[in-house]
Amino acid sequence: MRIGVVTFPGSLDDGDALRAVRLSAGEAVPLWHGEPDVRDVDAVVLPGGFAYGDYLRCGAIARFAPIMESVIDAARGGMPVLGICNGFQVLCEAHLLPGALVRNDRRKFVCRDQRLRIENARTLWTSSYTAGQEIVVPVKNGEGGYVADEPTLDRLEAERRVVARYAGENPNGSYRDIAGVVNERGNVVGLMPHPEHAVDELTGPSTDGLGFFTSVLESVVGA
Amino acid sequence: MPRVVVDVMLKPEILDPQGKAVHGALERLGFDGISAVRQGKRFEIELDGKEASDAVAEIEEAASTLLANPVIEDFDVRVEP
Amino acid sequence: MTVDTIENAAKTPDDPQPWAELGLKDDEYARIRDILGRRPTSSELAMYSVMWSEHCSYKSSKVHLRRFGELQQETSVGKLLAGIGENAGVVDVGNGYAVTFKIESHNHPSYVEPYQGAATGVGGIVRDILAMGARPVGVMDSLRFGPLDAPDTQRVLPGVVAGVGGYGNCLGLPNVGGEVVFDPTYARNPLVNALCVGVMRHEQLHLAKASGVGNQVILYGARTGGDGIGGVSVLASETFEDSDGSAGSSRRPSVQVGDPFMEKLLIECTLQLFSEGLIAGIQDLGGAGLSCATSELASAGDGGMHVVLDRVPLRDSTLAPEEILMSESQERMMAVVEPASVERFMEICRTWDVRADVIGEVTPAGRLTVEWRGETVVDVPPRTVAHEGPVYQRPYERPAWQDDLEAASPSSLARPSGGDALRETLIRMAASANLCSRSWVTDQYDRYVLGNTVLAQPDDAGVIRIDEESGLGIAMATDGNGRYTKLDPYSGAQLALAEAYRNVAVTGARPLAVTDCLNFGSPEDPGVMWQFAEAVRGLADGCQQLGMPVTGGNVSLYNQTGDTPILPTPIVGVLGVVDDVRSRIPYGFREPGQIIYLLGATRDEFGGSEWAHVVHGHLGGAPPAVDLDVERELADLLYHACRDGLVTSAHDLSDGGLGQALTESVLRHGMGARVWVPDDLDPFVFLFSESSARAVVSVPHGEEVRFTSLCEGRRFPHARIGVVDDAGVLEVQGQFSIPLDELRRAHESRLAQTFGD
Repeated sequence: MRIGVVTFPGSLDDGDALRAVRLSAGEAVPLWHGEPDVRDVDAVVLPGGFAYGDYLRCGAIARFAPIMESVIDAARGGMPVLGICNGFQVLCEAHLLPGALVRNDRRKFVCRDQRLRIENARTLWTSSYTAGQEIVVPVKNGEGGYVADEPTLDRLEAERRVVARYAGENPNGSYRDIAGVVNERGNVVGLMPHPEHAVDELTGPSTDGLGFFTSVLESVVGA
Repeated sequence: MPRVVVDVMLKPEILDPQGKAVHGALERLGFDGISAVRQGKRFEIELDGKEASDAVAEIEEAASTLLANPVIEDFDVRVEP
Repeated sequence: MTVDTIENAAKTPDDPQPWAELGLKDDEYARIRDILGRRPTSSELAMYSVMWSEHCSYKSSKVHLRRFGELQQETSVGKLLAGIGENAGVVDVGNGYAVTFKIESHNHPSYVEPYQGAATGVGGIVRDILAMGARPVGVMDSLRFGPLDAPDTQRVLPGVVAGVGGYGNCLGLPNVGGEVVFDPTYARNPLVNALCVGVMRHEQLHLAKASGVGNQVILYGARTGGDGIGGVSVLASETFEDSDGSAGSSRRPSVQVGDPFMEKLLIECTLQLFSEGLIAGIQDLGGAGLSCATSELASAGDGGMHVVLDRVPLRDSTLAPEEILMSESQERMMAVVEPASVERFMEICRTWDVRADVIGEVTPAGRLTVEWRGETVVDVPPRTVAHEGPVYQRPYERPAWQDDLEAASPSSLARPSGGDALRETLIRMAASANLCSRSWVTDQYDRYVLGNTVLAQPDDAGVIRIDEESGLGIAMATDGNGRYTKLDPYSGAQLALAEAYRNVAVTGARPLAVTDCLNFGSPEDPGVMWQFAEAVRGLADGCQQLGMPVTGGNVSLYNQTGDTPILPTPIVGVLGVVDDVRSRIPYGFREPGQIIYLLGATRDEFGGSEWAHVVHGHLGGAPPAVDLDVERELADLLYHACRDGLVTSAHDLSDGGLGQALTESVLRHGMGARVWVPDDLDPFVFLFSESSARAVVSVPHGEEVRFTSLCEGRRFPHARIGVVDDAGVLEVQGQFSIPLDELRRAHESRLAQTFGD
């Protein structure tokens, strides 16, 4: 199974996402933001970083990158898409996911090992977990506060579209401790914390993040 | 040269940590009687030849597409005299 | 605007020039006239003044720094691939890999505008590393501030931390360590020293020189604006405060503003240019901007250089030629490129959206000429600008007060006696400004990006994997203790070296090489100059003894307010190699039942100690004795213990002594410990002495015999002092016990309370 990882000029965690795919026994395919389409990949990861410097709003310009049209089409067609951190911001800007990410409530960049509770283990990206499972992965962001209006939040809760929630301290002021959400169809997931940095005990706090990548491999192989 | 100004503000219901911090700082400096501060962005768009009034509709579209994120932000477009 | 051309200069030899305002002394100005055989044009004057400033020319420090050049240019792995004098030193770490690393100061700019000052400090050192042909893989920052509770620290520290983080995080370089230290002498003289490390294959090394007549000179990256014009010269030469003492308005330099996204593009673009072999010579633009890059490239090469200043892309079209030459706009590089490669060079720059312009070429004559609007505004021998600046033999003398300082021994200070008093002291120390948890600072730095960070702060050293297959990695630490150095500059510098060396060694790495950033007061004060000379002598002798070269670094002088200099602060960075990062040793007790050993000899040493500072506000006596041979034995012991899997954690003992090391070790994983005081030691000395060459380690249950026989075989002092448990308490038997929750509150809340959550 081929999982593409899109590199924007200011992407930073693209190498880590590619490594995480490899460690999960997937075929990692680097994709360049200027390419016209996602070629023949089976899933796409939009990695962390500062895609175009992000001086306007995080993800606001990346959304219009040449490759994004094809990513958006594929996502609407059901292809699994995971946006991590900056990738989550891009997915919100592209309106593939509801809500937006704003500056952390403490107005500081925060990097630390974060406890997360998996709330929905039925998405293409979380099926390796069990609902209610707690995992530890790094969180690192300056604009990671998830916001949406109350009706949207209520609908996300009612439709079980909150994928993961911060357990313990909320690192960035996200409404209702939301760390990740999924679209209605269940194939597009946005996640503020970084599972790709929790794939090896040597370089991360745990291997808890591998589940996101093994989930999509299993779901596509099983389909 | 004609200029169009776009002001972008977070919607009132969205938390604005920066505005809150500025408010706190103003109070500490002794500027009292302030009930709230919200921080926004201002874009000054210089037009090349075109009449400003003609450009407004186009700039409004640019604002809703790129300059502002309508999910969290409101914007206001006006022609600078 | 009239332009001062060389023709005009020849015709008007007696026109008055503002050399003094530019920081030049009268004899220096006379020498410039002598070199040129006429008065300099204003552009030439700008170039000389900035390149002959203390910051760029090292004119006060050069005669002392020569000691570093006399060290063996070799490590235990192999010869240096580049040494002092290049943008950064390059060290062979085996398997065909080379590592380049360097530390540099950005002190004054960080006081004026903390965020941008610190951010551009990181940006500058990263470009130095990039210019060697290496991919930057990590940064560290060594910071000094005024008292924690001082109002100005509230302004400076959060800005500096946000700037270091903002730039490094956006560039995607993990921040893997550093220090934060508070002392009143740094109140208006904060120190911001940034270290960057980069990795390359041996064959990718590039040196800064312009060779090959006809080769094109290309300026690429950001456009040139009015940033920090004269910043380096004016800032580093004299104080920049107004007479009222405020960070000045009238002489306030225009601050440089950094754009990390541009720098990220510059890194990727430059690495691709290197990999396609398109670069014949390269230099980053930092302090002194184009003046520095053109003169240094031309001076190091075999020819001259002609530059057409009109071709420099400007952000501000009103800039005069002098200003363009002095601008310190960030995120710019200069490359020397063979004519046949220019087209491909430009193509790659376009791919990365990086602006590039041919602004000149390498010429046969040994002159650097600069043209503006068709006329020549600079015509100089480049070596006289870049490498043959003034050299001063500044007078130096041991200050009269040094005797009194040494005589003020801490032995007369009241010591805590009894369990309750020791307990109270330990908690007070753990919560003190210099010993409390740094997580408020370090949580603002991305330590995970690039996925190769094996250890980062709060560990003793940062460890970065450089080869995924073999596990080859590097370790780095920075240290410096201004109080020790004030008591004895020679020993103080060696203690900084010893601590950085030890910090690298406790992770299981072999220390290889040194970079240094020497922060001192005014070189015009003979007492300060003595501190400087002694510190350099101590560091050079220490490196000689440990068999490590100094590969490069930086000097920052004039760090003082009025007549009061900062504590003399040599910051020493040590680089080590780790054969396989999978065997690295972190600190922190993890498993109940493991045995705690104290390695090294503990003596009654409290001169310059954190205890004397925190409890008595005292500074006097002698710093702890240095024995670098013992340091080497300890490093060697730890290396073998690590390789054989005999220790599961190791922590260096330094500021605050064993008490602080135990505090950090129990809090890391929330494990308790039961500790007993060896019969031959006083409990207070045991807990708080700062004797050097010591570490605390935990040994897996069942490995004690092998571990102790390893120590005995090397006759290295070791004492079994405790056991790890899960009782949730740090207990010193017969003295006191502290619940971890209480200890954690004391240790971890201080900075957040001060700077706000």
